[in-house]
Amino acid sequence: MSKMNMTVAELEKLARTLRLNVIKMVGVGQKGHLGGSCSLSEIVTVLYFNRMKHDPENPEWEERDRFLLSKGHAALIQYAALAESGYFPKEELDKVKQLGAMLQGHPDMTTTPGVEGNTGSLGQGLSMACGMAAGLRLDRKKSKVYCIIGDGEIAEGQIWEAAMAAAFYKLDNLIVFLDKNNLQATGPISERYNTNPVVEKWKAFGWHVSELDGHNIREIIDTLDQVERISGKPKIIIAHTVKGKGISFAENVAAFHNGELTKEQFDFACAELNKNN
Amino acid sequence: MKLQNQRQVYGETLLELGRENKNIVVLEADLGKSTMTSLFEQEFPERFFEMGIGEANMTSFAAGLSLTGKIAFTNSFAVFAAGRAFDQIRQGISIPKLNVKIIGSSAGLSDFGDGATHQSVEDIAIMRAIPNMTVLVPADGIETRKMVRKIVEYNGPVYLRINRHDLPDLFPENQEYVIGKSYLIRDGRDIVVFANGIMVSKAVEAAEKLEEGGISVRVVNVSSLKPVNEDEIIKFTSGVKGIVTAEEHSLIGGLASVITYILRGNGIPVMPVGIEDQFGQSAHSYSELLEEYGLTADNISNSVKDFLLK
Repeated sequence: MSKMNMTVAELEKLARTLRLNVIKMVGVGQKGHLGGSCSLSEIVTVLYFNRMKHDPENPEWEERDRFLLSKGHAALIQYAALAESGYFPKEELDKVKQLGAMLQGHPDMTTTPGVEGNTGSLGQGLSMACGMAAGLRLDRKKSKVYCIIGDGEIAEGQIWEAAMAAAFYKLDNLIVFLDKNNLQATGPISERYNTNPVVEKWKAFGWHVSELDGHNIREIIDTLDQVERISGKPKIIIAHTVKGKGISFAENVAAFHNGELTKEQFDFACAELNKNN
Repeated sequence: MKLQNQRQVYGETLLELGRENKNIVVLEADLGKSTMTSLFEQEFPERFFEMGIGEANMTSFAAGLSLTGKIAFTNSFAVFAAGRAFDQIRQGISIPKLNVKIIGSSAGLSDFGDGATHQSVEDIAIMRAIPNMTVLVPADGIETRKMVRKIVEYNGPVYLRINRHDLPDLFPENQEYVIGKSYLIRDGRDIVVFANGIMVSKAVEAAEKLEEGGISVRVVNVSSLKPVNEDEIIKFTSGVKGIVTAEEHSLIGGLASVITYILRGNGIPVMPVGIEDQFGQSAHSYSELLEEYGLTADNISNSVKDFLLK
């Protein structure tokens, strides 16, 4: 079992460490999905280090909760959390996306321990999470399925097919975070292709909807405590986040969706994250 | 000769398997009364998932079910099962080699009335091109039943193509079905016809007529398009003057492609019978459509005779 019982302050520090590891994985002069990984650091930290039942020593443990990153391009933050949990040695992080590496550009369950499914073709992960939730329920398992989708991703029609299916099948063991960072790859969602308003849409599709500050660890824990008690419907948490959070020059800048860092930017980002830690 | 409907056999076999194995789950996109998954639904409602008219979600949902240890069968017409859900099959199922069985029903031109939108001429090509995918086309009801049972024993993604109509029994009841194997249906010396699906019975019909005229034709059922045992195919060509391929599919990417690739450079001429690079269309009967696209015993006979006259 991984480190539970961490204090909020410890989790906050850990979230910054994961973010720093994302920056290290992006490195210098190579494209990397920095923005959408950094917006998820607190949510992923709470899931892996406070919330989910899982066992890095036994990734196939049958009673584990499941995590599926439907917005698979944010793989770097999941890799940071998996390495920190102990699913594989941290040295693997240095080899991300290298030829033959365990850590692919998008999550690959065939190469990476702890990855539950192959996601990254946007719009599909939520349907997969629904199927997992339905399968676990058939087996009378108490496990929950946590899934993260993006606000750019919900332009995919399949998301709404899955939204209907989850409500129809009353998948109350499914908890979804919508990473609402307001940017898609080419600019602001509100201007490029507006997927808003999200709260009304998910309510209309029959989901229980909550909202929170996706960088506030306390709020994430409290909201999960609340929604996990609600039965009879799937639950979505609209997490208001900042794309590129924690790296001042990358915050709310669409270019860092899948951007490159110069040596200066890399050093600055590392110093900034280290200073706050 | 006894006729059986592949859809009916599929539905009944799925029901039997459901009784034997509680891990089998079935997903349907509002065509259950046609694909015959309705039989499974009646007995196992909790393991049957009606996914509405949403093949993309159905397919990824099946991936999720398989990730919890289920053997998931997705069902729709072949054109949607393989076409609409291509990306879901490729990304979420085939890359990680999940245990999902994709059943393409009313395949080929067999949904004669509905026209080009509902007729699949390219499903096999699409599915064959995906790494890790197994692609199977049964010739009759007996083979359908054996195949459906066999793919449950195999852990990985499979595409299985089901015809809509009654077809004559050809596959020996006592013959074991093995994925990847081709089956000699009728031996002969002069020409070999490699066929699959409904074209196996057309090839047998052609061979019987040709025999009356003193022409000896070997008929081989290549029901496994991928994997396919290449050595077996090569052996089946021994001594013949020509090779005919026959399939209810585009000549691009189906059986003709499989056979010509395997036999590249061996010098025996090949005559492909199949659908030229074009879509289907509506007709008042299946036979009328098969005639229009040259998917007939006569067309196979003529291809055989062409070789022998040369």
